[in-house]
Amino acid sequence: MLAYVIQRVFQSAIVLLVVGLVAFSMFRFVGDPIDNMLGQERTQEDIERLRTTLGLDQPFPVQYYKFLSGAAQGNFGVSYRQGRPVSDILMERAPATLELAAVSGFLAISIGIALGVFTAIRRNGFAANAIMSVSLIGVSLPTFLIGILLIYLFSVELGWLPSFGRGETVDIGGWSTGFLTSSGLQALILPSITLGLYQMTLIMRLVRSEMLEVLRQDYIRFARARGLKERAVNFRHALKNTLVPVITVTGLQLGSIIAFAIITETVFQWPGVGLLFINAIQFVDIPVMAAYLMLISVMFVGINLIVDLLYFAIDPRLRADRTAAH
Amino acid sequence: MAGPVLSIRDLTVEIPTRYGILRPVNGVSYDIAAGEILGVVGESGAGKSMAGNAVIGLLSPPAHIAGGEILVNGTRIDSLQGEAMRRLRGKEIGMVFQDPLTSLNPLLRIGDQLTETMLAHLDISRSEAEKRAVAALEEVGIPGAAERVDSFPHEFSGGMRQRVVIALALCAEPSLIIADEPTTALDVSVQAQIISLLKRLCRDRGTAVMLITHDMGVIAEAADRVAVMYAGQLAELGPVRDVLTAPHHPYTHGLMGSTPLASRGRDRLHQIPGAMPRLDALPDGCAFHPRCPYGQDRCKSDPGPRITDGDGRAACWFPLKQEAVA
Repeated sequence: MLAYVIQRVFQSAIVLLVVGLVAFSMFRFVGDPIDNMLGQERTQEDIERLRTTLGLDQPFPVQYYKFLSGAAQGNFGVSYRQGRPVSDILMERAPATLELAAVSGFLAISIGIALGVFTAIRRNGFAANAIMSVSLIGVSLPTFLIGILLIYLFSVELGWLPSFGRGETVDIGGWSTGFLTSSGLQALILPSITLGLYQMTLIMRLVRSEMLEVLRQDYIRFARARGLKERAVNFRHALKNTLVPVITVTGLQLGSIIAFAIITETVFQWPGVGLLFINAIQFVDIPVMAAYLMLISVMFVGINLIVDLLYFAIDPRLRADRTAAH
Repeated sequence: MAGPVLSIRDLTVEIPTRYGILRPVNGVSYDIAAGEILGVVGESGAGKSMAGNAVIGLLSPPAHIAGGEILVNGTRIDSLQGEAMRRLRGKEIGMVFQDPLTSLNPLLRIGDQLTETMLAHLDISRSEAEKRAVAALEEVGIPGAAERVDSFPHEFSGGMRQRVVIALALCAEPSLIIADEPTTALDVSVQAQIISLLKRLCRDRGTAVMLITHDMGVIAEAADRVAVMYAGQLAELGPVRDVLTAPHHPYTHGLMGSTPLASRGRDRLHQIPGAMPRLDALPDGCAFHPRCPYGQDRCKSDPGPRITDGDGRAACWFPLKQEAVA
């Protein structure tokens, strides 16, 4: 078990290095940050001086090495645009994105699993078929369109919910939270639905098909033949077996919730790291972009690791080394 | 003397299809007394498992009971639905499936599967159920039962798992066990152990057993009486020794001729010409007549006589007259 974890962490580190390398090499094609940083009245000397100060005259492997050695010490450099340390900016923006992602993820998982189980158990019922048809919309509509439709309906027409921003936030030890004010909570509703809808329908359809597969198994028939209550058969026996494959996809989906937050944050002008990244691209703010991409990849790799470890917790067959098979 | 534990009268199971109604079980009647083992034999598709599933109320829709009566301990159960039927399963009627590798839920400890079954039916405490779970495992011959209750199914071999399945089927002390091909998936050496275990437990408790199999050897070994099924109908019913050594129905005769026996040496195995008719293309008259070497004109128009208890052992107009080998 421990050897497995060490091996996985080692693999993860290599993945991160490669991701960083690819990302860093891409920045050279985004544009020249110098253009944005100096005004119209610049001289060739100004440009050269700034280029040398920022280290942009060096070959890109050297730039990457400098970035990595800095990042290893928690120093992601200074934003070209804001002139402040990138780590400070990220820390300031991260709570907004994490709160949004947490609420969306929670909605997607809880509602997705509940609806998936429901549509599997009542697979011929009217309600189940209606849910399945509606879920096609969730899978096929692009995120930004859902966001715009929700804004049109609930903000413009009905005027119930705010169309942009986080509302009021409360600062707790450097973490600004929107959970504690009513305007903060209201502001969360539309963006989190927008962000979570696709994942929710995906999880629901996955749970449904896995559950239908499990319900056909002999041990479910045997559980019925032993006279167990329908509830016990469906939830104790079927659902647990359903969740094993569902966990993988769900874990990856949680990663993409944070990554896809870019679109939702842009539509709702949500002051999170996704919006920060979009603005950074427009300005060719290389330190911010690099830090953001590293952060996202750390998150993906971390979630993958957790998913693999969850398998051990759920499926006893993988723990075979604990008690020897007879 | 008490009445039979299971009594089936004119049981008919129908499956409506686009091309008409199929009758996988058609007018079948038999009784099983307490402590008696009735072997039900026949080819694949003869309706033997379908009849077992009908008794325990686990027919998969659209198959349903279309006629006849099923009585367990004198009470009609064929019209019971939902919760009422659930209470009977496991409590009055236990079931053992063919494949022990797939009948146990891989994610639950076998002790938990035993206790949940007992708690669903018996009015006992959890600690009492846990005690009984160990006793049940000891009874089916699992060594070190006290430690093994905490094992998962994958930690057992196939034969041991079938013992666990039998313990599960018997743990709420049903008066009838339906064993659907309980040894087909096992090694030959393990088959004999499982059969003698089933025999011993049922004799000790006075449990009636419906032993569904296509293996004449298992029937000869275990059954007291045997019911031969052909194309959904009962072909012959009688004491096992009479039916096996002196079959009255030409089909049983053919079936015995096609069973390899060491005592018969190297003679070529006899084959019944043709194949069992499909359920949607049953011939008029006796279903067996196109393959019957003794068929006469009457067989082509009149269905074979119904077997009712007492008179007539074979559903045949011209039964073979043979004396049983003493």
